[in-house]
Amino acid sequence: MKSRVIAVPYVIWSGIFIIVPTLFVGYFAFTDSNGTFTLENISKIGKYANVFGRSIIYAAVATVLCLIFGYLLAYFMAHLKEHQKSLCLVLLMLPMWINLVLRTQALQNILMDNGIINKLLGFLNIPSVKLLDTSFSVILGLIYNYLPFMVLPIFTSLEKLDNKVIEAAQDLGANSVNVFTKITLPLSMPGIYSGIIMVFIPCLSTFVISEKLGGGKVYLIGNVINDMFNQNYNFNVGAAISLVMMLIMIVTLVIFGFLDDETKEGIL
Amino acid sequence: MSRIFSKIYIFLVFFFLYAPILLLIFFSFNSSNSNVAFNGFSLRWYEELFHDEEILRALLNTLIIATLASVISTIIGTAAAIGLSNFKKWKKKAIMNVTYIPVLNPDIITGISLLLLFVAFNIPGGFLTVLLAHITFDIPYVILAITPRLRHVDSHLYEAAQDLGATPVNAFFKAVFPQLIPGIISAFLMAFTLSIDDFVVTFFVRGNAFSTLSTVIYTITKRKIPLSINALCAIMLLCVLAVLIAVNIFDKRKSREELK
Amino acid sequence: MDKVIIRLQNIHIEFDDETIIENLDLDIKDKEFVTLLGPSGCGKTTTLRTIAGFVTPDRGDILFDGVRINDLPPHKRQVNTIFQKYALFPHLNVYDNIAFGLRINKKPKDEIDEKIHEILEIVNLKGYHRRSVDSLSGGQQQRVAIARALVNNPRVLLLDEPLGALDLKLRKEMQIELKRIQKQMGITFVYVTHDQEEALTMSDTVIVMKNGLIQQIGKPKDIYDEPANAFVADFIGESNILDGTMIHDFLVNFDDAEFVCVDKGFGENTPVDVVVRPEDIEVCEPDKGAINAVVKIVTFKGVHYEMIAQSKNFSWKIHSTQYKPEGSQIGLNIIPEYIHIMKKEAGTAN
Repeated sequence: MKSRVIAVPYVIWSGIFIIVPTLFVGYFAFTDSNGTFTLENISKIGKYANVFGRSIIYAAVATVLCLIFGYLLAYFMAHLKEHQKSLCLVLLMLPMWINLVLRTQALQNILMDNGIINKLLGFLNIPSVKLLDTSFSVILGLIYNYLPFMVLPIFTSLEKLDNKVIEAAQDLGANSVNVFTKITLPLSMPGIYSGIIMVFIPCLSTFVISEKLGGGKVYLIGNVINDMFNQNYNFNVGAAISLVMMLIMIVTLVIFGFLDDETKEGIL
Repeated sequence: MSRIFSKIYIFLVFFFLYAPILLLIFFSFNSSNSNVAFNGFSLRWYEELFHDEEILRALLNTLIIATLASVISTIIGTAAAIGLSNFKKWKKKAIMNVTYIPVLNPDIITGISLLLLFVAFNIPGGFLTVLLAHITFDIPYVILAITPRLRHVDSHLYEAAQDLGATPVNAFFKAVFPQLIPGIISAFLMAFTLSIDDFVVTFFVRGNAFSTLSTVIYTITKRKIPLSINALCAIMLLCVLAVLIAVNIFDKRKSREELK
Repeated sequence: MDKVIIRLQNIHIEFDDETIIENLDLDIKDKEFVTLLGPSGCGKTTTLRTIAGFVTPDRGDILFDGVRINDLPPHKRQVNTIFQKYALFPHLNVYDNIAFGLRINKKPKDEIDEKIHEILEIVNLKGYHRRSVDSLSGGQQQRVAIARALVNNPRVLLLDEPLGALDLKLRKEMQIELKRIQKQMGITFVYVTHDQEEALTMSDTVIVMKNGLIQQIGKPKDIYDEPANAFVADFIGESNILDGTMIHDFLVNFDDAEFVCVDKGFGENTPVDVVVRPEDIEVCEPDKGAINAVVKIVTFKGVHYEMIAQSKNFSWKIHSTQYKPEGSQIGLNIIPEYIHIMKKEAGTAN
């Protein structure tokens, strides 16, 4: 119970399988295929600047939309009666356990030119709309897959809110708008930060969603990395790009208060 | 009034989340091979699913990997959580930060960093690399699940056991360990679920020949998409539901017993 | 002092098919310290929350200064509440917590500043304005909660068992503080507690409640000296309650003895409840008193000895400055003024 030695296997494991691989990313990023130090890979990143930009924008848009729709859902759910609440929680979490590829495939089927949405439009004599292989479909896919990740931490935050604090605010003269802006919103910030982290980072690094729902038209940084490693076998440039992505991720974590304990708990 | 609006909104969101999946399942009963036109009820895709060697092999691989990875990661992770709780503050913090890396990293980064490791040491992609990768991303979640439970463990029981004559090891297993069991079980289940579900990391480290369920779904859907995939989805959803219901019943029975 | 500031008329509240408050009529006078006293579940907190606006009565009216406020939401009522666990805003410091109500009402900045420093002095928390809420002790948090409510100059302050979480010494100090603040600021206090000693110490008027019904309203001394029924007698102070028979006016029989008393109007040979306070029993030599008893237990309580003495029919609790050892025979006497007769209440037989 007081032993420290039993943690050693993990320390060794984490050294080999977490720290070393991370260092390798740096190593490959700064060397060429012969192992000599070079900054060539880094300079090649410039070529992908617009892809980075695009990915950040897509991830940001998806995150903001998830935040708006997700906060609303979390808020309404927090005000349900107990048994309704648990039902909704279960319903919310179920899709997360269905394979990412399957979920995205399901969405793809609906958005196809002869898929059900266009069929319904056809019934109403509206000409079919190109829904797939567009920015719209990719963002929709991002929201579809990651909305629960925004809702859960916000819901947890709202649940922790002591109802008496809200009553105290009302007692002191706050109307519903005041209560929301001065009490509910500030106290649910940790949940919001967790949600943003849990949505933005996966959105930024996705390749399955952009591949399936964007065809070849929406090319994001995740696709670049995927190509580098699984097609071109250009590990060096791939590593360099991955390094930049890790940097963006660290910046995001710092901005949204990764250092805060409550936010950390929210992520789990 | 706002009650009604909130119920409508909640319904709409869940409709949005479930419609595509339910539709997919609906078409799994299609007699023709189409995801858009329903031509009659048939179970042929379920039959095909059970004869699809590729998928069955992948399923077997997935179950073996998930079981092995979750058992190993639970053992290493639980030991780590207990050991780490006795570390000095800065060492503990440093290792915990390292532990957070696979949790916070996007899957793709975890995947490629492990790939680079295996490439550098000439380990070919396959069962071994996938297993190692899964253990690597499972352990942190085990540690993060068990560490808070340790705080609630009554250490007085440990001392009482020794006071009554048990050796420290004996005391641990008889007095402390039983209190940890619920936490260990839930950590194990979490690791198991993570392994079953994982796609991206497995995709990068698997090499060419080894498939798990998620990667095989990916490769199949890149080709023409037979509806056996729909059938697979239906069965997976059923399994998840069954597990959830079982957990729910187990929980309710437990709370009823505790109230007695 | 005699003007009625809050009136509850015919209030009826049901929850989950259970009647919490039944036909409550209550007047609260301006600038008074009124306490709602009763055991858990008697409806005192529900009554308080009805005044605050967090509970809507199924029937009945709430009048504030003569105006019906049933439909007025909590944030518009001129009352402020001190919650049992203080409900301080965790994300705001002491200053911002207290300023909350003033800012909502868009008071000018310097006015707010002045008022906050004033109230901090009144509650003895000068200099704490920048502190965070979780760095404060229970007693300090309590005083912040009080300051936060009082700084808004409410006509009425509602207090929901505010001293429950404090240790005994602090509780007694705070009781005196609260009373002082109430007198100093001239605010009506409506106080809820289950602690009868607290109620008797602090209040101008005490309202005793049980099961959603008012049992008695009166000044502390009146309630103590003249409890209206067995419940009140039992709840307030300590009592001996036993069965008796009212032979006729001014004469009652209990514990196999006849006593002259000061009550009348109960009829002839009517079964009644008899209440005698432990400190009102006179201990004398055996056979020199109306009742003979044997001392069973003697406990030294500092101020007096507490004795349990068994007579033929009843186990008497006696407070006396005399010491009588366990096992000794004693005689008991009670003068007429100290015998309280009340109508028999169902289920109070000994």
